[in-house]
Amino acid sequence: MRFGIFDLGFLIGIMGKKILFTLVVCVSCVALAAAQNDGSEQDQNGRAGTFVITNARIVTVSGATIDNGTVLIQNGKIAAVGANVSVPANAEKIDGKGLSVFPGMIDAGTNLGLSEIGLGVPGSVDVAETGDQNANAKAFKGINPHSTHINITRVNGITTVMSYPTGGLIAGEAAVIDLSGSTQAEMALVPEFGLVINFPRISTFGGFTPGVGRQTIEFSEAVKRRDAQLDDLKKVFREAENYARAREAGDKDKALPYTPVNIKLEPLVPYIRGQRPVIFTAERERDIRGVVKFASELKLKAIILGGQDAWKAADDLKKNNIAVIYTNIYNLPVQDDDAYDYLFEAPSKMQQAGVKFAISTGNDGPEIRDLPYHAGLAGAFGLSKEDALRSVTLYPAQILGISDKVGSIDVGKMANIVVADGDILEPRTNIKYLFIDGKLMPLTSRHTDLFNSFKDRK
Amino acid sequence: MKRITAYFVSLLLVLGNLQFAAFGQANKELLIKNATVLTAIHGTLENTDILVRNGKIAKIGKNLSAGSGAEIIDATGKFVTPGIVDCHSHTMIDAINEGSLSVTSMTGTRDVLNPTDIAIYRALAGGVTSANILHGSANSIGGKNTVVKFKYGHPVEDFPIPDAPPGIKFAMGENPKGTNFSRPGVPPRYPRTRMGVIETMRDAFLRARDYKRAWDDYKAGKTKVPPRRDLELEPLVEVIEGKRLVHAHGYRSDEHLNLMLLADEFGFKIATLQHGLEAYKIAPEIAKRGTGVSIFTDSWGYKLEAYDAIPYNAYLLWKAGVVVSINSDSDERMRRLNLDAAKVEKYGGVPEEEALKMITLNPAKQLGIDKRTGSIEVGKDADLLIWSAHPFSVYSRVERTIIEGETFFDRAKDIQKRADLAKEREALEKLDVNKPPAAGGTQPRIPSEHRLEERDDAEFGDGGNQ
Repeated sequence: MRFGIFDLGFLIGIMGKKILFTLVVCVSCVALAAAQNDGSEQDQNGRAGTFVITNARIVTVSGATIDNGTVLIQNGKIAAVGANVSVPANAEKIDGKGLSVFPGMIDAGTNLGLSEIGLGVPGSVDVAETGDQNANAKAFKGINPHSTHINITRVNGITTVMSYPTGGLIAGEAAVIDLSGSTQAEMALVPEFGLVINFPRISTFGGFTPGVGRQTIEFSEAVKRRDAQLDDLKKVFREAENYARAREAGDKDKALPYTPVNIKLEPLVPYIRGQRPVIFTAERERDIRGVVKFASELKLKAIILGGQDAWKAADDLKKNNIAVIYTNIYNLPVQDDDAYDYLFEAPSKMQQAGVKFAISTGNDGPEIRDLPYHAGLAGAFGLSKEDALRSVTLYPAQILGISDKVGSIDVGKMANIVVADGDILEPRTNIKYLFIDGKLMPLTSRHTDLFNSFKDRK
Repeated sequence: MKRITAYFVSLLLVLGNLQFAAFGQANKELLIKNATVLTAIHGTLENTDILVRNGKIAKIGKNLSAGSGAEIIDATGKFVTPGIVDCHSHTMIDAINEGSLSVTSMTGTRDVLNPTDIAIYRALAGGVTSANILHGSANSIGGKNTVVKFKYGHPVEDFPIPDAPPGIKFAMGENPKGTNFSRPGVPPRYPRTRMGVIETMRDAFLRARDYKRAWDDYKAGKTKVPPRRDLELEPLVEVIEGKRLVHAHGYRSDEHLNLMLLADEFGFKIATLQHGLEAYKIAPEIAKRGTGVSIFTDSWGYKLEAYDAIPYNAYLLWKAGVVVSINSDSDERMRRLNLDAAKVEKYGGVPEEEALKMITLNPAKQLGIDKRTGSIEVGKDADLLIWSAHPFSVYSRVERTIIEGETFFDRAKDIQKRADLAKEREALEKLDVNKPPAAGGTQPRIPSEHRLEERDDAEFGDGGNQ
């Protein structure tokens, strides 16, 4: 059972009296409510139209904040932004008095859509393919466009995510998707964004032995195993290079022996040519520097995912223009003598060192909606509030190569827009309107459905 | 995926950290001046002073003065709240589940408290002063809890709150029935279904009732030979007699309701439904019995039995008149319970003070320690937090954590100490014993990996029936 976002009974229930009061005194809001209740239920994927948000504080993120301005949404795009905007007569008006307009937030490191229930329901989990060489595993083909996590995430103001596979040494291709659409293609911003590699690290974990428990191996042995994995990886990339050259040569000269398509090597070609980024999962300084060395040697375009100690390798990262998708805010420091706020402070240290970064939840679904609080906590520990906001809007858009489309309130960008009654990074802030690709989205989810089902039970 | 094994650390450094806590002085007078005080019971007081004497809140008011030698803290522009009480924690215990039997009421977390767990210090830095240290959820009846104050740096015997009523952990659903975990080489254990879990509990209570009858008969002179003491059943007799609080882990509303019906049958009340992520579905039944619920605000969907969780749970329970608390069940989440309380305002519009109570006074009530902690009132223990901004703001930081007048976390001092710690670490790393193999050293000592996600239900967590 769904309901319109302007169902007053619902608002009384969930918003409390203070906000209801604001709503009632806001005449135009009430008028809009009436207009929108004409149709019984909104389409789950939103309603297209021409919309104008007036009298709002506009946090453009890319430029100065406009204290009292207008945003025009037309044909799915941001058509105009500013203090003085001429508004088409047919535009549906949203009075933004007391509200702020933000670009939709972007989580650049999730498994959204690949996992419904992570524990105990393996049939709902498609995150990790088996085996080591999974270059041809595409998140785009595994994402469930109807996952409950999509609505639940977007109603907290997150409109775009990168979703990536995790299994093996080469885990597969990550996709960048908008959180709206009935098919994978409708959701996709960048269906084949980047190749995920779990960068080999020194691990002394030697498996479990029944009745004994956790086994460890000698450190020197662990180093050997890591080096062997790195060699494997290099070998695969060299094979892909040879394969690509053979295929190209064969295309030009049909007299040459035919090189059959190799399903594991074919997907690597855009990466060895530096056309798309390789996303390396790495946390420790040693491993991050290892990634930099590896990527330079093979001339790969690299991104670090994880990045716990990335600020310590700032020199290497800056010199090679490698960005970090940082997923460690909701983690405990690894070493007992790490400062208690070590992982909260890391983004500000990256900022100071000039490393390009985005803040991400690293979550598989249920807690991606906490993205604003990850950024906010970095804001409490050294990062400016403005940079905290950028770290979940413009910065991830830049790292994901989509800053021409999303990540800020600028004319010509897709209208991925959040209208809220306060700072979007604060846990008490309410999202009032949400647009994805210029469509007004219902603020409903499995959670509001269940709430409605039980709220009146006596 | 994200867990990294720290392989290089000298455990000596852990001990080094203890010095953080060693600066408190319990008996000194302490005067906090000019703060915005969120009392969690009598509203918010602007520009208010709090005088602490002998570890208790002595006075609350304006322009208070203290005796000579008192420490005076200028809290202008800052916020003071009661210390946070976490009603579900596995911090500082070295063993979580006695995984052999499904009824292990003879065990107790008091026997495995580790006062040097660094997670305690990190919890203090997030404002937690008291916690309900529970067993995991591998067993239908897990064991006896310990309610502690996080007096980090003190000897272990200072941690348990002496007058806290005793409690016991129960568990229902996927964890005690062993759904998601198995140990290689270990055969599955009864119970394997929700039918079996409730019958395991009923069986234990039938035996406990008979045991109690045997003792009652003996005490009344009806029998001459005293019954043999039974350490498994004694705590359950205390439950039947209302002397021991039951904290019952569970998710589905039907199984929590079945437990409450079982308690009705044996004439006792469940103190708290722990997790209770579906409790909103049976809010009237819970309210009628006066049972409390201790939840996550919005953590959900990590397993099937958490799939019907909604963030409006706290609101719906509160509206029905249930005492609600918000817990962490995790060393990580524990550091940001203030934000989980803040979210309750967003999801349903619970008033600010009621939301704050959910991490202070309400858990104190559920644990029976509300006479001494959980709100800012004259005569209560001086368990106080000083925040840099409103505690419900994401940008707020805990600046000081005070327990019974003694400072256990001080952000300014923590920052001051960092340079010394770094030097100490550097010196230790140069020692032969810590030299990495690459530099000619021997195999480094590998500290056991930390329990990164303590939630009963995390993949590698306690619950793990491991």
